[in-house]
Order: sequence, then C-alpha cells, then structure tokens
Amino acid sequence: MIATNEEVWKVLLGVNDPEINTVSIVDLGMVESINIGREEIRIKIIPTFLGCPALPIIQKNIENAVKEAIEVSEVTVEFVCSAPWTSDRITERGREGLQAFGISPPPRHIKENGEWQVDCPYCGSTYVTFDNLFGPTACRSILYCRSCKNPFEAMKPMSTDM
Amino acid sequence: MTENDPINQDYQKAVIELLYQLADDDFIHAFRGSEWLGLAPHIEEDVAFSSISQDTMGHTAMFYRLLEELGEGSADHLAQGRSSIERKNCVLVELVNGPGNYMEKPRYDWAFAVVRNYFYTQAKAIKIQSLKNSSYKPLSDAAVKVKMELYFHLLHWKTWFTQLMTSTDEARKRMEEATERVFAELDGVFSQGSYRVKIVDFGLIEDETILRKLWIQELSPIFQSINLTMPESFGMKHGNGRDGEHTGDLEQAIQTLSEVYRLNPAAAW
Ligand SMILES: [Zn+2]
Repeated sequence: MIATNEEVWKVLLGVNDPEINTVSIVDLGMVESINIGREEIRIKIIPTFLGCPALPIIQKNIENAVKEAIEVSEVTVEFVCSAPWTSDRITERGREGLQAFGISPPPRHIKENGEWQVDCPYCGSTYVTFDNLFGPTACRSILYCRSCKNPFEAMKPMSTDM
Repeated sequence: MTENDPINQDYQKAVIELLYQLADDDFIHAFRGSEWLGLAPHIEEDVAFSSISQDTMGHTAMFYRLLEELGEGSADHLAQGRSSIERKNCVLVELVNGPGNYMEKPRYDWAFAVVRNYFYTQAKAIKIQSLKNSSYKPLSDAAVKVKMELYFHLLHWKTWFTQLMTSTDEARKRMEEATERVFAELDGVFSQGSYRVKIVDFGLIEDETILRKLWIQELSPIFQSINLTMPESFGMKHGNGRDGEHTGDLEQAIQTLSEVYRLNPAAAW
C-alpha cells in the first residue's frame, strides 16, 4: 500500500475547479472513487457536463497534485458516466465556495413545471430575472438582480428527473 | 456487461452500427451549429447556441470514445478522418445553414436553424429516453447523462420555435417554409438503416416507428397551440444517410472541419 484512501481524498480537496477557484472537485461532487494499487492510483471522475473543456485541465491538475504529495509511479484519471453528475452532489462547503465566487449555488428544488428559483449571491434578494439559461461555461446560467442591480451567475440545476 | 464477458459478434456489430449513427448525427449537427458562432440574431443567443453546440460536441466525443473502446480506431480519426461515404449521419443535419459560407458573406437562415434544431433535439431526446433501457450498459449509462443536458437545449429551441411561429406574418411564413424543408428529411433522423432489425432485436433501442410515434405525440399539442398541422408522413428527400447516401453539403462540411487534422493526423491536440 502506497497511501491510504484518506490521504488521496485530502490531496483532491486541494484541487480546485480551474474556472471556479474557490471550490474543490471533491466539494463539487466530481470524485466518484479512488482505487489504490501497488504502484498505481486510479481515480474516477464524473464530468459535470460532457463537453466541459476544463476536463483535460482537471485531469492534469489531479495527476500533478497526487504525484507531488504521494510517492507513486502511476496516477490514472478516468472520466466515467456510470454515475451521472447531479447538482445535489455539491457539498455544503461547495455551495459556500460558489457563493464566495459570486455564483449562486444550484436550487435545491425544481417545481413540477420545471421552474426553479435562485437568490442573488451578493444581496440575497429573491427579486431576480433570467437573462440567459446558458452562460460562459456549460454548467452556469446568467441572471440579473433587480434589487442590487448586479448581473450574476447561477449553477444550472441537474437532476435525473429532468 | 463486464469486460470479461464474451460479446457475441453479431451483437457487437449492431452496437457499433447504432453508435456510428448517434455519433455522426451529433458531430455534424454540432458542426453546423458552431458555424453560427458570431452570426446568431443577438449576443445572448450567440452565448446560448455556442454553449449548446459545445454540449453536443461533448456527446459526440463520448459516442466516438465508446466506438474507440470497441476497436473502431481513435476518436479523433473517427470524427475527422472518415470520408463522407463512410458517414452514417442523417441528411437533415448535414444540410448547409443557408447561402454563402462562414468565411464569405454567410446569409444563413435562422428559421431553418430553429426548426432543424428543435425537431432534431426532440428526436434525440426520445432516442436518449429509449437508450436509458438499452441492453448495452455503456449506452444506458451515457443516456442518463445526456438526457439532463438535453433538457436545457430542448427548452431553448421550443421557446424560439413557438415565439417565432406566433410573431409577425413574415416570421410565420418563413417558419412554415423551414418546417416544410425539415419535414422533407425528418424520416432520415429516425431511420435505423439496414441494421434496424438487429439493433431492435438485441434491445439496444426501440424501433424507429415507435420513436417516430413518440415524437408526434410529444409535438402534437405544441403544434395545436400554434395552429400548425402535423403532416401525414415525413420524407427522406435526399436519401438515407444511414446507408451512406449523402448530399454534397456533407462533403463540404468534412473538408472544412478536417482541414487542420489532415495537415498532420499524428499531431497531439
Ligand atoms: Zn442582489
């Protein structure tokens, strides 16, 4: 055994999303499993969106971080679809990190008609309007706060009911 | 199915055939979508449409990777190194966006883009729903993922479709013309080509007639709400892409999208 599972999780907690540098990939719920072999550590990652261009960067960052912290000859990062990424995988700490970055965390509930509500990450107002369902990255939408008059972004809700 | 199970050769052939249809459809569709970059009606639409095309390109890459795992060659080669005759995409997705081309005076047709995207996305959503029950586990896993992303695409195109259909007289006229053009090729989207019986018998996806019926069921209330008649039948005016029948538009698309790849197929990306 070259390392314990716990040690590797700890390393991954230090690997942040390249486009949201206040949230780690662990808190985004992207780490599916860690497998430690004799000479190799295999890490399975669930992509938030399949076409996310940050995936190769995340892969490289994971490999570098693990190799730097643990003496191991091989680190393999595999993107898997065997478990779908849903927004309820984001941890409480992850939600706080998003907020700190100025991104509203995804809504916890979606109404039956598909509507959802998020609050302004700056002033907390619920008086917000949709500007664009699609934002600068695949996982975000653009909204506008009518109270503090700031545009802001929100994580799109993702649920298997959709 | 685990890695050690012996996969029946017939079964594998049917899986490969279906994967080519799904991958090639999304690939060419995403390419035509990407040609709108900077040309959409307004800046917000530019952001939305390019985001959708990027998602679709992600689905494409995933389908090509599944083919790669079955020994069909590298995903890059499958996407960029194959001639138009080898492609299994339906004709609807390959048709040009309009007169002119991206580099010189593009006079693209937004009505056609909206209708093609809406009808194609709805068909894809129905296929993906069926694939959730596919006997091929990698496909049913992928379907769960793709379905969630499609939710947003569908919402987007449905909004454009109903709004333009109920807008000015000219918008209505253009939209109806575009609808006619899309219907003339829509059968090709559902077609499962000459492997149809095997694809269905092996439980990979439901039969094309069922998928088509579900599509009509889904869109009928929308059509009704905007006073549009659902045609008795759809067409395959320019042939069946599943069997290698294509238009010159596909040749042009492949020449353009593979230009850099062909300079040096061995280059690392
Ligand atoms: Zn505010």
